[in-house]
Amino acid sequence: MSENREVIFKIENLKTWFPITKGAFKKVVGHVKAVDDVSLEVYKGETLGIVGESGCGKSTFGKTIMMLEKPTGGKVLFNYGGEFKDVTKFNKEEMFQFRRKVQMVFQDPYSALNPQKKIYTSFEEPLKVHGVKNEADREAVMQKVLKMVNIQPDYLMRYPHEFSGGQRQRLCIARALEVMPEVLVCDEPVSALDVSIQAQVLNLMKDIQKEMNLTYLFIAHDLSVVQYMSDRIVVMYLGKIVEIADSRALYDEPLHPYTQALLSAIPVPDIHKTKKRQVLEGEVPSPIHKPSGCAFHNRCPKCMEICKTVDPAMVHHGAEGHMVACHLYDKEAAKA
Amino acid sequence: MSNPNAAASIKEQNKSAASSLLKKNVRKFLNNKLAVFGLVVVVIMTLACIIGAIMGVDYATPDLTNMKAAPEAGHIFGTDTIGRDLLARVLIGGCYSILIGVFCAVLSSVIGAALGAIAGYFGGWVDGVIVRISEIFQAFPQLVLVMMLVAILNQRGLGNLLFIFVVTGWMTTFRMVRNEFMSLKNETYVKVCEAFGMKRSNIMFKQILPNVMSPIIVSTTTNVAFFILQEASLSFIGLGVADSTPTWGNILNAAKSVSVVTNQWWIWVFPGLAISLFVLAINFFGDGLRDVLDPKQQ
Repeated sequence: MSENREVIFKIENLKTWFPITKGAFKKVVGHVKAVDDVSLEVYKGETLGIVGESGCGKSTFGKTIMMLEKPTGGKVLFNYGGEFKDVTKFNKEEMFQFRRKVQMVFQDPYSALNPQKKIYTSFEEPLKVHGVKNEADREAVMQKVLKMVNIQPDYLMRYPHEFSGGQRQRLCIARALEVMPEVLVCDEPVSALDVSIQAQVLNLMKDIQKEMNLTYLFIAHDLSVVQYMSDRIVVMYLGKIVEIADSRALYDEPLHPYTQALLSAIPVPDIHKTKKRQVLEGEVPSPIHKPSGCAFHNRCPKCMEICKTVDPAMVHHGAEGHMVACHLYDKEAAKA
Repeated sequence: MSNPNAAASIKEQNKSAASSLLKKNVRKFLNNKLAVFGLVVVVIMTLACIIGAIMGVDYATPDLTNMKAAPEAGHIFGTDTIGRDLLARVLIGGCYSILIGVFCAVLSSVIGAALGAIAGYFGGWVDGVIVRISEIFQAFPQLVLVMMLVAILNQRGLGNLLFIFVVTGWMTTFRMVRNEFMSLKNETYVKVCEAFGMKRSNIMFKQILPNVMSPIIVSTTTNVAFFILQEASLSFIGLGVADSTPTWGNILNAAKSVSVVTNQWWIWVFPGLAISLFVLAINFFGDGLRDVLDPKQQ
C-alpha cells in the first residue's frame, strides 16, 4: 500500500547526540545518543505514531525534525512539490519558509502560552512574523483556526490562566495551524491532560487532519492513544527504531520482543479477560553507555549469542511495510 | 461565531478585559495600607521638592547675621552654619537626591536587564564573558572608584557620581534578570516562538522580558532608596557632589562637627528625617508593588 503514496519527509541516518563535557576545558568525554541512526519515511496525509519508553529519544527526534535541536549527522529531506531538499542545510531564509510547512504541538499546554500575554497577542504574533500585515486578514485566519478547534473568538481576549488544560491544548493546536502547515509534529499532545479530555482532543485532531489533509507525526508513550490515532507506528528503543509497521499489523502480530512486551502492558477493559503480562527485567540502559550489539539484548527474553555482538539491521518480515530490527527474523543471522 | 462583526468585537472586548485586570491590581495595592502610605509620602515629598524648585526658593545666599538660628517663623527649619535657610536647602537638596536616586536606578536597571537578557538567553561563552565582567565590577569597591574619579578629574560633580553609581550598580539587576532568563528560555512558549521562526531579539525582549518585568520594576523602586542612601553617605564624608549643589547628604555634612550635633539639632535632624522618611516610604511602596506584581506570591 505504501508504494503509490507520496513521501513528504525522508529521514536518513539521523543522529542527535548531546556531548557530555568534563573539566575546565570542556573536554568531550562521551555522548548521550538520544537519536542514533534513525531512517524512516513519512507519507503524505498519514499519522505516523512514535512510541517508546521515556528517555528513548522520541521527543528529541521530533525536535530534531523541527530543527529545534541541531542534528549531529544524517539528513532530513522534505518534499517541496516533488523535489527533496535537505532541511539540515537550510539557510536562515529557507528555514523561515520551512517553519510554515512544519509546525509542532508541545507536550505541556500549561507553559506553551505566554502567561503575560492575551491569547489574542499570542495568536497575532506568528501571523505578523509570517507577513500577514493587515489586521482584518489576521483576524480572519484566527477565526478560521478557532472554529476548527471549537473555541469562541471572544475567548481570545483572556489570559492563558483562565483556560483549562484541554482548552489550552486546543488553542495551541489552533495556533500551530495558523500558518497552514503540511506536517504537524505532536509531541505527547495529550499526556498532560485528563483522560476524559484526551479523547476530546484526539477526536478533534482527527477531524482537523481530514479537513486540512495534514500529516501527523504523533509522538506518545501511551500505546492505546497511539493505536487510536496512527496509520503506521514506529517503536523506538534507546534512540533506535526497533520496529515499523502498519498500526493493525503491529498490534496483531508484534515481531520484536520489545514491542511484544510493550503491548502486553496495555490494560484490557474487561475484568473477565486475564492477560499474560510480559515483564521486562532490569532498567533501560543509560543512553551514554549503550550495550554492545543489539541495545535490547540484556533485557530480551529471547536473547541469542549473536545479539550481544552484532547490531541487527532492519529487515522485512511478514506483512508489507513491516520492518523489524531483530536477529530472530534475520535469515542471514539465523544461518550463522 | 459566524457573526461578521466578530472581528470588531474582539478588539472591543480587549479594552474592558485589560481595564478589569488593572482595576484588580489597583484594588489589591490599595488594600495594603503601608504601601499606600509609602506612595503618598513619596508623592508628597517629591511634589514639595519640585514646587520648591519652581518657586525658586533661596538656598544659596548666606546670611551671616543669622547663623545657626533655631527654627522660627521666618526659617521654619532654622538656618545652617553659615546662615542659609534649611527648609529651602532640604527642598532643593531633595530634588537632587531624588533625581540621583531615580536616574541611577532606572539606568542601571536598563543596563542590567539588557545584559542579563543577553547572557541568560544565549548562555555559553557570551554568558561567561558578561558574568566575569559583572564580577569584576562587583569586586571593585565603589568608594575607591569614587575617590579615583575625584582624584583624576579633580572635581566633585554630579555627573561623576551618576556615572559611578550606574557603572557599579547594575549587577544585582543583571544577576536577577539572567537567572530568570535561564529558566524562562526553557519554557515551552519560547520553543513555540522558535518553531514559528521568530527573531531572537523578538523572543528575548518581547516574549521573555515581559515575564521578568515585575521583579525589575520592584527592584528599581528599592534601588532608588539604595542610591539615595549611597549618595547621602558619600556626600556625608565629603566625596559626593560639590558643596555648592545641596543634596540631603550634603546638608548632613555639617553635622560632622560635634558642636553642631550637640547644640544645633535642627541642622541634622531635618535632612536626616527627610532621608529616612523618603527611603522608608519607598521601601514600603516597593514591597506593596511586589505583592501586586510578583505572580509567584499570588
